[in-house]
Amino acid sequence: MKLLSRSLLAASALALMSAAPALAKTFVYCSEASPEGFDPAPYTAGTTFDASAHPVYNGLVEFKSGTTEVVPALAESWDVSEDGTVYTFHLRKGVKWQSNDVFTPTRELTADDVVFSFVRQGDATNPWHEYIPGITYEYYTSMEMPDLVKSVEKVDDLTVKITLNHPEAPFIANLAMPFMRIVSQEYADTLAKAGTKEDFNNKPIGTGPFKFVAYQKDAVIRFQKNPDYWGEAPKIDDLVFAITPDASVRLQKLKANECQLMPYPAPADLATIKADPNLKLDELPGLNVAYLAYNTTVAPFDKVEVRKALNMAINKQAIIDAVFQGAGQVAKNPIPPTMWSYNDAVQDDAYDPEAAKKMLADAGVKDLSMKIWAMPVQRPYMPNARRTAELMQSDLAKVGVKAEIVSYEWGEYLKKSMEEGRDGAVILGWTGDNGDPDNFLSVLLSCAGAKAGGANRAFWCNQEFSDLLTQAKKTSDVAERTKLYEQAQVIFKEQAPWDTLAHSTQFVPMRKNVTGFTMSPLGDFTFENVDITE
Amino acid sequence: MIRFLLTKLLYLVPTFLGITIVAFGFVRVLPGDPVLLMAGERGLTPERHAELAHQLGFDKPVWAQYFDFLTRLLHGDLGNSLVTKKPVLGEFLTLFPATVELGIVAIIIATLVGVPVGVLAAIKRGSWFDQVSMTAALVGFSMPIFWWGLLLIILFSGILQWTPVSGRISLMFFFPQVTGFMLIDSLLSGQKGAFVSALSHLILPSVVLATIPLAVIARQTRSAMLEVMGEDYVRTAKAKGMPYSRVVMVHALRNAMIPVITTIGLQVGVLLAGAILTETIFSWPGIGKWMIDSISRRDYPVVQSGLLMIAAIVMLVNLLVDLTYGLINPRIRHK
Repeated sequence: MKLLSRSLLAASALALMSAAPALAKTFVYCSEASPEGFDPAPYTAGTTFDASAHPVYNGLVEFKSGTTEVVPALAESWDVSEDGTVYTFHLRKGVKWQSNDVFTPTRELTADDVVFSFVRQGDATNPWHEYIPGITYEYYTSMEMPDLVKSVEKVDDLTVKITLNHPEAPFIANLAMPFMRIVSQEYADTLAKAGTKEDFNNKPIGTGPFKFVAYQKDAVIRFQKNPDYWGEAPKIDDLVFAITPDASVRLQKLKANECQLMPYPAPADLATIKADPNLKLDELPGLNVAYLAYNTTVAPFDKVEVRKALNMAINKQAIIDAVFQGAGQVAKNPIPPTMWSYNDAVQDDAYDPEAAKKMLADAGVKDLSMKIWAMPVQRPYMPNARRTAELMQSDLAKVGVKAEIVSYEWGEYLKKSMEEGRDGAVILGWTGDNGDPDNFLSVLLSCAGAKAGGANRAFWCNQEFSDLLTQAKKTSDVAERTKLYEQAQVIFKEQAPWDTLAHSTQFVPMRKNVTGFTMSPLGDFTFENVDITE
Repeated sequence: MIRFLLTKLLYLVPTFLGITIVAFGFVRVLPGDPVLLMAGERGLTPERHAELAHQLGFDKPVWAQYFDFLTRLLHGDLGNSLVTKKPVLGEFLTLFPATVELGIVAIIIATLVGVPVGVLAAIKRGSWFDQVSMTAALVGFSMPIFWWGLLLIILFSGILQWTPVSGRISLMFFFPQVTGFMLIDSLLSGQKGAFVSALSHLILPSVVLATIPLAVIARQTRSAMLEVMGEDYVRTAKAKGMPYSRVVMVHALRNAMIPVITTIGLQVGVLLAGAILTETIFSWPGIGKWMIDSISRRDYPVVQSGLLMIAAIVMLVNLLVDLTYGLINPRIRHK
């Protein structure tokens, strides 16, 4: 070790003398899990995207750092036809593909690459559709792209025309999502010729700020600054992911300066982190919601007054204090306050056990007993569902409602909670995919979502509400859409299919000398602007 | 000897077949649907669910799936992970050396410390050393591994800063995986300081992993030694004026080692179980953590094939232990 520091010293002395740039700057990120692969399209985990879509690739459009605003990336600009069904993208000129030991690009980014990036996911007959046995494109499917996209055509080398089956305002936000990154067709061809198609997922080639160097499974991922990056060059030379699954160990590594930034600290550690002079803690309200969904098709929960009464009986602030330990805020709308079209004028049902008791009596409900479903896992929007359910149980007891807490294994929970005629109210939540309000409201509360395989766990179908959502999807005028969503939120509150519980806050601890890191409301970790000061 | 070996090997065949059933059945008995887990909160339409289940072969009757599994197994195909879509065998081979390296170092520590402590405790029976070491062994045996690992990290890596927190080697070293054993690869790389770095990363996890086996071995050695020390031949050896150290080391210890070696052999299973926790705490890229992740994701191919491989290895180690027996104790060989 001593020898090493001496040679380091000598090297830096040399560097000083020749006035050459200093030693390579390495930034280590203590990531929490291993990526499933490096092709972003087949996967759905944020951890995977942090190691593939964000450092290595670019999309036609992307989310502006720290926001959910869609900004140009590989497409410099785009036009939308009058009827909202034809999108024409104008690609950036001179975007270079990365290279590796098996591939040296002969051409820059063209419309062919864009077309390829779509058809390989959407067209089951494309030879690259199932280039690894069992591979599927779940995000592409679940964002309803197969129904939406009619055709993707190359107009010329730098122009792509996408035709939709019907107008869909959130489409552009979908394109900014990690699954829609642009991949190299030439690289695919090279690998197909060499008979090593699986390398497409092992040795990614993109246009992004970092080049992939190596991955040791469950241990380390290494990236290097891409010298040919079309955007602003990253300030660090090497980006390393040290995969560290346990939150307490991540914190120890951060304290020992074995890494400079970590995700998902344990709530109990937040005070220690704040007190450490070498660390700082960034925080941002997450783009999420936790809720209690009543089954609105089963008596007596089909009555609005009953649902409202139960909402008034539950002390949400107590849940925020005890379960979220302050790292969250009481929710009144189904979408978080950081999202555009959030209706702040909506009044929440105030905590009032006496009034709740009276409302239940007026509704003719006596000796009500119900089930509360508590999910068995921790999610970004809900640190401890069991504890939440226990608090609700005791709140409900105060208004004479007997609640029984039930739970199932996670997969079972997801399945059973969507079964028709489900007995009980379900604690669950949602984290936004693309920052569009439709991604919350349609998925979780529309009539379409109430059918089998949907995610509307209140089974709540309000035609007026659903019509507003449909109307809002047809126009890309944000002001007009905002008005429609604000109206929808009013209906939601009047009808109370859920008790909206909380929006959680996300925390990112890092070394004090880290600059340029911006937290993403979508929970992404990106490092192209990160720097370490001395 | 050859007949002895053949009989042992023959016994392995039905055992192995039994294990395929257990490994296959285990993960399917657990509630939970891997297809639904992939979809998360969003849910899947029944049509899409059926499509995916069909693609993955889960729509077939269970016996047909088992038969497929066996057929592919006989062709040396362990299937692909549902999560990473990569061949299970490849993942296993990448991760297994890390577990073996950790396991070997742990068992060496457990044996080198456990046996002498046990012997010393036995010949100084009732002394303060006996009492302290056996109490420590009892504590070690009941140690909650996760808590213990974290405690050592906070003390030695956090406060004292003697050891690195986690990982297999400092991130400044970067060389290709040749054998998968970091101690060997670091030497092969020829990079200065790499071996020392790998070694320093091994200390805490192997001590944590060694804790329970060490306690078991120490206690087993002590009781085996006590039993043997009371035998007639030991009294005879003492009576004929043989040096005490020779009595202990040759006459007593060699006979006491038979149950101890069984115990050490049995620790392989314990080590693999301990590896699950140890690997998770120390971010050690081995098969323990891999199995746990795969179970929670209901990654059927990984769990069933992984369990199978682990079971096969435990069986082989037990076979080797049986063979060593024969070497140490000629009576077994001749039976």
